[in-house]
Amino acid sequence: MSVDADTVRRIGRLARIRITEDEVASYEGELNAILGFVEQLDEVNVEGVEPMTSVTPMVLRRREDKVTDGGYADRIVANAPISEDNFFMVPKVVE
Amino acid sequence: MTDLTRLSLKALRDGLAAKEFTALEATDAYVAAIEAGNDKLNAYVAVTADQAREMAKASDARIAKGEAGTLEGVPLGIKDLFATKGVHTQAASHILDGFKPEYESTVTANLWRDGAVMLGKLNMDEFAMGSSNETSYYGPVINPWRGESDNKDLVPGGSSGGSASAVAAWLCAGATATDTGGSIRQPAAFTGTVGIKPTYGRCSRWGTVAFASSLDQAGPIARTVEDSALMLQSMSGFDEKDSTSVDVAVPDFAAAVERGVKGLTIGVPAEYRMDGMPEEIEKLWTQGLEWLKAEGATVKDISLPHTKYALPAYYIVAPAEASSNLARYDGVKYGLRVSGKDITDLYELTRAEGFGREVKRRVMIGTYVLSAGYYDAYYVRAQKVRTLIKRDFEDAFNAGVDAILTPATPSAAFGIADQDMATDPVKMYLNDIFTVTVNMAGLPGIAVPAGKDGQGLPLGLQLIGKPFDEETLFAAARVIEKSAALDLAPAKWW
Repeated sequence: MSVDADTVRRIGRLARIRITEDEVASYEGELNAILGFVEQLDEVNVEGVEPMTSVTPMVLRRREDKVTDGGYADRIVANAPISEDNFFMVPKVVE
Repeated sequence: MTDLTRLSLKALRDGLAAKEFTALEATDAYVAAIEAGNDKLNAYVAVTADQAREMAKASDARIAKGEAGTLEGVPLGIKDLFATKGVHTQAASHILDGFKPEYESTVTANLWRDGAVMLGKLNMDEFAMGSSNETSYYGPVINPWRGESDNKDLVPGGSSGGSASAVAAWLCAGATATDTGGSIRQPAAFTGTVGIKPTYGRCSRWGTVAFASSLDQAGPIARTVEDSALMLQSMSGFDEKDSTSVDVAVPDFAAAVERGVKGLTIGVPAEYRMDGMPEEIEKLWTQGLEWLKAEGATVKDISLPHTKYALPAYYIVAPAEASSNLARYDGVKYGLRVSGKDITDLYELTRAEGFGREVKRRVMIGTYVLSAGYYDAYYVRAQKVRTLIKRDFEDAFNAGVDAILTPATPSAAFGIADQDMATDPVKMYLNDIFTVTVNMAGLPGIAVPAGKDGQGLPLGLQLIGKPFDEETLFAAARVIEKSAALDLAPAKWW
């Protein structure tokens, strides 16, 4: 499988990365080089093999469903480029 | 007075405990070394000299009161990937401009608990994506080692290039690092230092900027095997804030260092004998096996049949996880923000400007392999191959192998801006060919200096262990370190 210019543009939109027109061709080449490299996985017989979900044989731990942390909204927004009254500020989303 | 920066971490710690010198003197010596050399090496992206001196004074007070921790007063460098409260934490990326966390990573908190002193934050490949430290927003790190016949600048490897360079050039007594596909072991091999990636789950990932969560592990880079054991001891341990942290006791790693290899079986995987492997790497490998045999180990040929598929499977799994992890960098919560006409515009422009080329490439690959219609063909298949890779190792260990010896890298350090690597991303990826299998299987792996190439540049060997058996790796790596008896002091030019 390989990607064409339109696919590069589409992936850029899905990834929320603006790809300029003069970048499309070079991304197309680079992505195809990587996809060409991973293509060799098609030779492997994976019939009946379980996909790995956890590298260590463990069950995810559970804990009691209670609040154990929080109550410091000012620290949460402390690194925001723009915030107001402990809210993150973004361009208007809903008219 | 002796140059305190030239002492091993162990000797420094013991000298501090014996009050031969103070923690403040040790910190001042390192700060002076950084001020003198960092312009040329570019290993640190932030130096926290004032904070280091305050921490050192507190260490001196604890030593005076007889309350010294296991790393009391030892000055360390911290990879820029670890969240350090109120201090530069940007994963060497433009998109995290100005980010100063409100919290401390578990790994660094463990080090401070044991008395270590932070000198500053170390350069790295952006978001730990790279094998040469050239993808950093802060520019490449330079390897303190140079070939005997020229003065060409070499890469320190990556992604923990700042960590490796700083340790090799005596700009810290030891450094934290992280390893997703080889990012501790490859730079350690390129700089004549020791680096261990412990078993997945040994060190908490909490507060470490995530790249590929099922592969990422923290570990130390240090100047000796014993130093790396002392550091890993402190960094390790169960943490309920990381759901993949494993609740097992941390053994006394330093006690295992001199244990020897008598009676151990060392596996030699046929598949690591790659076509076109340089003769000096082949020789190094054979020599390593001879050293282990001379100390009483048995060498056994083994097969890990899915080895060649580890790297291609990695380049599906890692970018897929990265594309998901890096979705949080949106120009809203922290770091860089590029204004746009609406929210989508804001996201797209911020991420286009904030991420470097290699990061964008990987996020895009990850987005593609996870997208509708391709998920099964790429991602699920890669995770199945990963199961097979892990099974290969399990078969070897079940057949009586205690540890596996391989080369750490296919070559010694290469030049900055290597043209071959620049034109083909896959060429750069091949640096991790011997190390990436270990991450895919969640195993511990250590890189230890074992020889030098024709140019006098260090070369490393890698030992791979059973899950949670880092102790055997320390013991076997120590035998190689002792047998090689290398002069690992690069000629100072910086």
